[in-house]
Amino acid sequence: MSARRPLPRWADVALLPALNLLLAFLVSGTVVLMVGENPLHAIQVIIYGAFGYGDGFGYTLYYATNFIFTGLAVAVAAHAGLFNIGGDGQAYVAGLGAIVVALALDQTHWLIAMPAAMLAAAAVGGFWAFIPGYLQAKRGSHVVITTIMFNFIAAALMVYMVNRVLKPVTTMAPESETIDVAGRVPQLRQFFSFFGYSPVNLSIVIAVLALIFVYVLIWRTKFGYAVRVLGANPTASRYAGISNSRMIMVTMTISGALAGMVAINEVMGVQNRLVLDFVAGAGFVGIAVALMGRNHPIGILLAALLFGALYQGGQELQFVIPGITREMIVVIQALVILFTGAMEGLFRPSLERAFMLYRPEHKAEAISRETADSES
Amino acid sequence: MDLATILSILDATIRLSTPLLLAALAGLYSERAGIFDIGLEGKMLAAAFAAGAVAAITGSAWLGLLAGMVVSLGTTLIQGLASITLKGNQLIAGVAINMLAAGMTTFLGQTWFGQGGRTPALSGDGRFSPVTLPFAEQLAGIPILGPIYAELISGHYIIVYVAFAMVAVTAFVVYRTRFGLRMRAVGENPKAVDTAGISVVAMRYKAIIITGLLTGIAGAYFSIAQGSGFGSNMTAGKGYIALAALIFAKWKPVPVMFTCLLFGFLDALQIRLQSAQIMGIEVPVQAIQALPYVLTVILLAGFIGKAVGPKAGGVPYTKER
Repeated sequence: MSARRPLPRWADVALLPALNLLLAFLVSGTVVLMVGENPLHAIQVIIYGAFGYGDGFGYTLYYATNFIFTGLAVAVAAHAGLFNIGGDGQAYVAGLGAIVVALALDQTHWLIAMPAAMLAAAAVGGFWAFIPGYLQAKRGSHVVITTIMFNFIAAALMVYMVNRVLKPVTTMAPESETIDVAGRVPQLRQFFSFFGYSPVNLSIVIAVLALIFVYVLIWRTKFGYAVRVLGANPTASRYAGISNSRMIMVTMTISGALAGMVAINEVMGVQNRLVLDFVAGAGFVGIAVALMGRNHPIGILLAALLFGALYQGGQELQFVIPGITREMIVVIQALVILFTGAMEGLFRPSLERAFMLYRPEHKAEAISRETADSES
Repeated sequence: MDLATILSILDATIRLSTPLLLAALAGLYSERAGIFDIGLEGKMLAAAFAAGAVAAITGSAWLGLLAGMVVSLGTTLIQGLASITLKGNQLIAGVAINMLAAGMTTFLGQTWFGQGGRTPALSGDGRFSPVTLPFAEQLAGIPILGPIYAELISGHYIIVYVAFAMVAVTAFVVYRTRFGLRMRAVGENPKAVDTAGISVVAMRYKAIIITGLLTGIAGAYFSIAQGSGFGSNMTAGKGYIALAALIFAKWKPVPVMFTCLLFGFLDALQIRLQSAQIMGIEVPVQAIQALPYVLTVILLAGFIGKAVGPKAGGVPYTKER
C-alpha cells in the first residue's frame, strides 16, 4: 500500500464520506438538470415525501429496515476483509426458511412464529453465504465471484420453488400461501396511528437490535477482534494462532444470516406470503450503505435512513415530477457506491494537504510517518 | 429430433453466444492486465441503450454501433479512473458501473422516449440485417451440408462474424504481439514490468480501452441486431454469464469461444425446453438456467480442474517511491 498521511479521525469518518456524498448528489443533480428539471425542487419533493407526513415516514423506516440488515451483512464481511456481494441472494433464499416456518406456525401467535421464522431465515441465509465462505476458505475460490454466481442460482431456485413447490394449486399468481393474521409481524400503525397505512413493522426493532449486536460482536468480543485482525492482516492473524479459514466461514455465515433478516421484514411483516423478487435489490443497496457508513453500526443506521428516505422520496418524486422516474434513485445509489467506495481516494490527498497546511505542527510528524511507511 | 430442429437450436446457439463471446473477450483483455471486471454487464447495457437511442434518432445502425462503442468506452474510463488512477477497489467500481448503467439507461430511456424505458422500435437501416454469405441460396439444396451452410453459417448479423473473428484476433494479440506479452506481464507481475521501464498504468488503460470497445459492440448487438430497439435491463445478466465463461475458460481466447458456445447452447436449450420433457422426466428450466453459474462455482472450487486467474488481478499497482 502507498504511504498514507494521517487524517484526523473525525475527518476520516465524517468529512470524507460527506464530501463524497455531496459529490454524488451534485452529479445526480446535474443529471436531473440535464433532463430539464429543477434539482432543488426534486430534493424538496424527496424530503417532504420521506419525512413530511406519517405515511411517508413509515415507508422510509420500512425501507431502512431492509437496508440496515443488508448494510450490516456487507459490513460484517468487510471487517474480515471479505466483500459479500451476495446479500441479495442470501436474503432471497432466506425467504424460504421464513415462509415455511411462518406457514407452519401461523395458527399460534406471532410471538412464537416470529422468533422461529427468524432462526429459519437466518439459517437458510447463513447457509447460502456459508458455501461461498467455505469455498474461499478451503478451496481458494474468490468469494466475490462465488457470491455473484450464488445470486443467480438463488434467483433460479426461487422461481422454481415459488412456481412448483410453494404455489397452492388454487392460485395462478407465482406466490405462496398467505400467512394467517395471527402469525404476522405486527405493524407499527397498530400502536401509533401516526404511521397511517405504511408497512413499517416490528422488524425495525429487530434491525436496531441487530445494529447493537454487530457493535458488540465486532468491537467488544474476542471473536470480533479476531475478525478485525483477519481483515487488517491475514498473515498476522494466522501467526496469532487464529484459524483464518474457520473465521472466513463463520463470518460469512453471520453475514448471510443478517441479510436473511430482510425476509422477516418482507415476508412476515409486509407481503405476508412469499413472492418473486421480494428483495428488490436491497442486497446491493447494502453495499452502498456499508460503504457510506464506514462499516460502523451508527454510520449504517444513518446511511440506511438516508437510503430509505431516498427510496420513499423517489416514489413520491415520480408522481410529482413526471420527468423523473424511480430509477433516479438507483443512479444516486450507484454514484454513492462509486464515490464513497471506488473513488474514495478522490478527495483524500487534497484533504490531507489541506489539513497539513492548517496544522503546521503536525507537518513534521506527518512527513516522518510517511517516510517510515514507505521504507517498511 | 430431425436435422431442421437441430439446426435451429444450433443457429440459436450462435446468436445467443455472440454477445457472451464479445463480452468475455472484452473481459479477457481487462483481466489479463490485472483489472477484475465485474462491470461487463453495465458496460454492455449502457452501450445497448446508446446504440438503440442513436439508431432510433438517426436511423442508422452504424451510427448506433459507434455510439454504443463510445458510451461503453466512456463508462470503462470512469471505471478505469477509479480502479487504476485512484487505486480504488476494482470490484466496487464494477458494482457501481453496473448499477449506474441500470439506473441511467432506464431513467434516460423513460425521460427521452417516454415508452417505459424502451427506445422506439427500429426498422430498416436502423437495425443490422442478416448477412447472406455467397452461394447460400444456391447451395441450400445440397443435402445436409447445404442447410448447414445456408442456415447455420450464413444469415447472421455482421456482429456475429466480427465476434468469431475476434477470437482469432485476440489469440494473436495476446500470444503473438509485444502488446500482448506486456499486457499479460502486467497482470501477472506489474513490478517486473515497471522495472523494465514500461508504464503499468498506461498498459492497463490500453487494455481496458479494448475492453470498452468490445463491450460496446456486444451491447449494440442486443439493441440493434438481435433486438429491434432497447428494452429496460435487456442484457439480463448476460455480462455475468460472460464473466463466468471467462473464468470457465481460464482466461484463454479459444476456450472462451467454446465456453460461450456451450453457455449459448444451454440458453437456446432452455428456451426450447419450456415445459418439454426429456425421456419422461421434466427438467426444470431453472436448473438449465442456473447451470453456467453452478459450473463456474464448481470449477472455481477446483472440483473440475482449477481456475487460477492472473496473479496481480484485483490489486491496484502502486509504484514505489
